[in-house]
Amino acid sequence: MKEAKKFSCILMGFAFSPKVKVNVLEALRLSNYMKAKLILFHVGEKTKIKEESIDKIIKESEEIPPSISIKWEEGTPTKTLLTACKTYNVDLLLLGALQRENALNFYIGSIARKLTRKAPCSVLLLINLIEEKNIWEHIVVNALKNKLTVQTIETSFNIANVLSSKKITLVEEISQEKVTPVEDEKSLLEALAEKETLKKKSAIYSKDILEKIPNKIKDKLQIKIQNIFGKRGYSIGHYAKVVRADLLVMSIARNKSLFPLFSFSKDLEYILLELPTNVLILKYKKE
Amino acid sequence: MNSTFFRSLPGNIFSGFVVSLIALPLSLGLAIASGVPPIAGVLASITGGIVVSFFGGSHLTITGAGNGLVLVILSAVTILGEGNLYEGYLYTLAAIICSGVLLFVFGVFRLGGLSNFFPSSVLQGMLAAIGIGIFTKQFFPMIGVIDVKGSIVDLILHIPSSILNIFSYRTFDELFPIIIGVISLVIMMVHPKIRNKYVKLIPAPMWIVVFAVALNYYYQGVLGVPFMKEDLLIKLPKNIFTELPRPNFGKIASSEFILIVFSITFVVSIETLLSIKAVDKLDPLKRRSNISKDLKAIGLANIISGFIGGLNVVTVIARSSVNVNNRGSNRAANFFHAFFLLLFIILFQKQISRIALPALAAILVFTGYKLAAPKNIIKSFKIGKEQGIIFLITLVFTLYTNLILGVFFGILATFLIHVIINKNLFLFTRNVLKPNVLMYEEEATGNYYISVKNFCSFLNINKLKNKLNQIPLEKHVIIDFSLCRFVDHTVMEELSDYNENIKRQGGSLEIIGLDFYVAQTGHPFALRKMPPVTKLGQKENPYLTKRQKDLDKLSTHLSWDYLPEGSSNLVKELDTFLYFKTKIINYKYNQIKSKNNTISFFDLSYSEGVFIAKDDQKTSFLLLYLKKKIPVFALDKEELFSNIYKLAGYKDINIKKYPDFSKHFFLRGEKRREIISFFQNEVVFFFESHPYYYVESNGDTLLIKQKNRLASAQEIKRMIAFGKELQSLLSKN
Repeated sequence: MKEAKKFSCILMGFAFSPKVKVNVLEALRLSNYMKAKLILFHVGEKTKIKEESIDKIIKESEEIPPSISIKWEEGTPTKTLLTACKTYNVDLLLLGALQRENALNFYIGSIARKLTRKAPCSVLLLINLIEEKNIWEHIVVNALKNKLTVQTIETSFNIANVLSSKKITLVEEISQEKVTPVEDEKSLLEALAEKETLKKKSAIYSKDILEKIPNKIKDKLQIKIQNIFGKRGYSIGHYAKVVRADLLVMSIARNKSLFPLFSFSKDLEYILLELPTNVLILKYKKE
Repeated sequence: MNSTFFRSLPGNIFSGFVVSLIALPLSLGLAIASGVPPIAGVLASITGGIVVSFFGGSHLTITGAGNGLVLVILSAVTILGEGNLYEGYLYTLAAIICSGVLLFVFGVFRLGGLSNFFPSSVLQGMLAAIGIGIFTKQFFPMIGVIDVKGSIVDLILHIPSSILNIFSYRTFDELFPIIIGVISLVIMMVHPKIRNKYVKLIPAPMWIVVFAVALNYYYQGVLGVPFMKEDLLIKLPKNIFTELPRPNFGKIASSEFILIVFSITFVVSIETLLSIKAVDKLDPLKRRSNISKDLKAIGLANIISGFIGGLNVVTVIARSSVNVNNRGSNRAANFFHAFFLLLFIILFQKQISRIALPALAAILVFTGYKLAAPKNIIKSFKIGKEQGIIFLITLVFTLYTNLILGVFFGILATFLIHVIINKNLFLFTRNVLKPNVLMYEEEATGNYYISVKNFCSFLNINKLKNKLNQIPLEKHVIIDFSLCRFVDHTVMEELSDYNENIKRQGGSLEIIGLDFYVAQTGHPFALRKMPPVTKLGQKENPYLTKRQKDLDKLSTHLSWDYLPEGSSNLVKELDTFLYFKTKIINYKYNQIKSKNNTISFFDLSYSEGVFIAKDDQKTSFLLLYLKKKIPVFALDKEELFSNIYKLAGYKDINIKKYPDFSKHFFLRGEKRREIISFFQNEVVFFFESHPYYYVESNGDTLLIKQKNRLASAQEIKRMIAFGKELQSLLSKN
């Protein structure tokens, strides 16, 4: 049984884009909350101006993580960052990403996607940040039943606790394939009954997991279990957008066996193409 | 078989009889128009009626030879027969059998949804082209000219000269067919306008048959002169049961044959699905047809019909609606319509062969005209110029090339027009295959909420329809298009159809999030697209959506004012509310307010934080202006306190006297004592006894919000009622 994730080393890859300030501020805040050490990592030349501007941002922030280090290295962004994740034994990689990719910024976006796919650790993609305070109010978790669900949910509750979120929604997608296709009244009734059973099953399953989570975490949160009808792995992003979630948590197995890798990475690709909100992708190492 | 079946049997037998009266002349006429022996049409109707009534999945539909196929079959017979009509007929039978197999496969794999991929203006254009085809081809037999050949376009150009030619006719023999044709046409036109119930009892086509046959008997029996030239009469085989033609599969591998099989399959499935959809709307028992099952049955019927020498079998709308009007109530009516047809051709073979062709042609000229009536294209242009253009492109290409190419160019034109209107190709190419519809049941109300994103057009409407199909029809459905940038005419029309269906079952459908979209015309089916971001909130949209019209009506009801256009003059006022502390207000729109300015409802566009200004949110609010000062507070459902996190410093105010209230509501504010003294008896009772809303006070104004989305028209009414009551309560104290 794998344990719920705790992040003790966070690495933020930053570039000098207009969003650099918010991104760095958020990195500082998150690592402070999580009591993790923070590595700010820039792929590119180290210049005085760049250095000063980063220092200025750090000084401005009220959040002080246990340790901050700034690294400068030259090379291709993807490769350099991936190596850095391994060398510093990073648990969580923070990346500022673009919500929707168009032809112009496709290249920048594709770096984020490549990194997400290849990173040896969990990845948090930040898209809509506000300079002001806490925005991690509502967390949406993919509670699709598989062998990682328990850890995913536990980790999400821990994060919700650390970020003092207010609401957490466990989303289970009721897949079309499991239900009789609707053709007339009879099949409609059948499909409805089947959906009801599936809902109950998933509710029992989620409740079992919720039992294990300590009450002191649960009490502070509004917990909701939501069933959505849609294509597996696809609709959750849409849901996160509709309810204006601040964070979407998905998990991915870094398992070499073909099937789960295949089925999961497809969902991931979809979410990555059209980031609905900030997305945390939990990765678990191979057993 | 249960007792209701037997009880309804006499009714269905009667209805089947009436339908067979129309089916007989139509089947004969359609077969002649298709260039095959007249009996082929009747055989198709008999096979269709029997097979589909046993294996079909719809309840009130009538199946038989259909008008949509005339052009396809006629060209099949000419092309495959290479000049020899009878040879062509035998090859065509093989094509009909092959298309039957395809249709059966469609049914097995539940591919009925494929018909969704055709834009509705393209289908309209296609039907009009078919109508023009039937009209022109049959116009000549109606005036007694049977040896004309050429493409439809040639024939259209030929019509004026042949009319002029009539005036040069001298002998009665020459004029006689024209007289029969014209009288028949007049019967077709006048019959619907006659109110006499005895005239009404027999359908117009049967009156024509009776008229034509009676005239024939009068000439031969009473006057003793031959009625008309032999080639203007119907020819039936001497014994229809032994002289079955043999389908010829000799050209099965040729490209023409394959194209014909596809054309037939395409038209049969489209005509069938459109008819089923239309007939389901007429069903007094509100049943839902099983389309896949019906397609399988139609496929089987086509296979059998092809083997015995019949035309293709489709579900036909006109005869089906006659069936409904005569109180047919189940599939027995379809069966008996076939049964009576069989009886007619066994018993009245001689009489049938006395029907004059001009009479039958007149029936078809009339049906062709109805399909191609100018009002159809005018309607198309009313929905939008672009729809009219699509209609015309499909029409012209279908007439000049063939049906498949015509529809193909129609679809291509629709797509290009969508790209041009949006000035964006990526929107379509990038999203077309992505699932864009999310549906879930809203917990508190049991309503179904559907959110559609990116774009919604004929290209991906099946995804939306799939979801809609899964909803029990007595539910309340809310479709939210606010994440969607473009909605096309096909979708609007489909939703309006769905709305009709769901209304009949006691449910309802409301569309939200379309109000700010630009429409080209005021037609309810007009396509709508999101205006460029910079213009939001400034540009007035001349054409209101259904929801906006509802709002307009509501405001007249209440004698309030309605201001649909966007404006930003509320911004300062709203900023005083804690709810908007971290939000940036863009503009309000769809405002309705009371004349004395004490209560106002509006939709508001705002963003959370500067960086996502483009990704704005839209939510409905109600503002109450109070006469007296009240404390500053925010009241929410106990579990939804997230709205006011900015007040993190304040704790939930529990009022000891009202434990229930405190348990269910989350009350926050700075001045604890004032708030407690405000929440007393009546106020507490009011909140406890009404539905939950988020209510916030800034001292002299109350802000009320229901959900984090736009409210539907029904929800708005409830919100306003809630606000009015609360206002009168607070002014009393």
